[in-house]
Amino acid sequence: MAENQRTIEIEVLRYHPEKDKAPYQQVFQVPFTDDMSVLQGVQYIKDYLDGSLSFRWSCRMAICGSCGMMINGKPSLSCETFLRDYYPARVRVEALAHFPIERDLVINMEGFIEKLESIQPYIIPREARTLAQGEYLQTPEQLNVYEQFSSCINCMLCYAACPQFGLNPAFIGPGAMALLHRYNVDSRDGGKAERMELVASEEGVFHCTAVGYCSEVCPKHVDPANAVNQNKTNAAADYFLRFLAPKGGAK
Amino acid sequence: MNKRRPYVRSMDGWWRKNPFFVEYMIHEGTALFVAAYAGILLNGLLHLSRGEAAWNAWLDGLKNPWYVAFHMLALVAIGYHTYTWFKIMPRTMPPVIVGGKRLADGAITGGGLAVAAAASLALLAAVWGMAR
Repeated sequence: MAENQRTIEIEVLRYHPEKDKAPYQQVFQVPFTDDMSVLQGVQYIKDYLDGSLSFRWSCRMAICGSCGMMINGKPSLSCETFLRDYYPARVRVEALAHFPIERDLVINMEGFIEKLESIQPYIIPREARTLAQGEYLQTPEQLNVYEQFSSCINCMLCYAACPQFGLNPAFIGPGAMALLHRYNVDSRDGGKAERMELVASEEGVFHCTAVGYCSEVCPKHVDPANAVNQNKTNAAADYFLRFLAPKGGAK
Repeated sequence: MNKRRPYVRSMDGWWRKNPFFVEYMIHEGTALFVAAYAGILLNGLLHLSRGEAAWNAWLDGLKNPWYVAFHMLALVAIGYHTYTWFKIMPRTMPPVIVGGKRLADGAITGGGLAVAAAASLALLAAVWGMAR
């Protein structure tokens, strides 16, 4: 620890399923310097104060999407949130809201992974091409249409920001919908019809009430609320246009 | 034996836990004023259909200070509703490309508010003209 070291109180929501009936708060005194993130504060706790503290992290540079936590009630990546911004007040750290807590700050993300799989997050080629035919070419304009939505790092902050997901965990939710949109609007993709069934389904976009907090907390400026709401229009258009141009295969 | 026991936190009082959600509930709540005002206007229309006497009685009723106070409150609420409606608008629509560039959120919100203000003023001027 360098000079200018101060001590901050970090309040952590603890939960060990083998002994705790419910989560509880535990406060730690953590020495910190100006360059320390909340993640580093939590790491200090694990290394020096209580080795049983569990949390996820990896890259420490806001790209892996592992270290999302509720920091003073706001969904944040703990690696890019700094202790100095809370000092001298206490900083409160909890597992991401709206997800079941597995242990301490670790959430159960199985539901999210299932949703991610369900949207088929890969290009389903519009036309089959052989290697000899070369790559699928795309103009900068075609790239612009989806590029923003491809920045998603699956950190799930948007889910922790979405009360509709909290109230009904079956809702596909902002993150998966942003990725769904990313593939649907890709000029190389031909899987839109399959994915639209999910968009318009019971678990689809119409759970969204345009709270908009998902886009506020997104660390990568993906604007998932925009993806969800554009697809409300798309689903409605599909519903009404089928009378004019039946495509068949509707369930 | 499996020791996993994922803990699901309660959603009770969810909207009070974050200032963003409190604001959301307030701006959604202002929709009630929009609905109430639509009710008042429909009531007026109903009186109009019952003839001049009924219409004048309804107009007189509007002069009640409580009613005037409600109108002031409704004006503030609907004004705030309009503002938040256009604030969220950029998030609800496909990107608007102007001259090869995406139109900024602020321009969409500002444009919406300007159109709303212009339409309100035009309506006010038209009604004012008719009432004189």
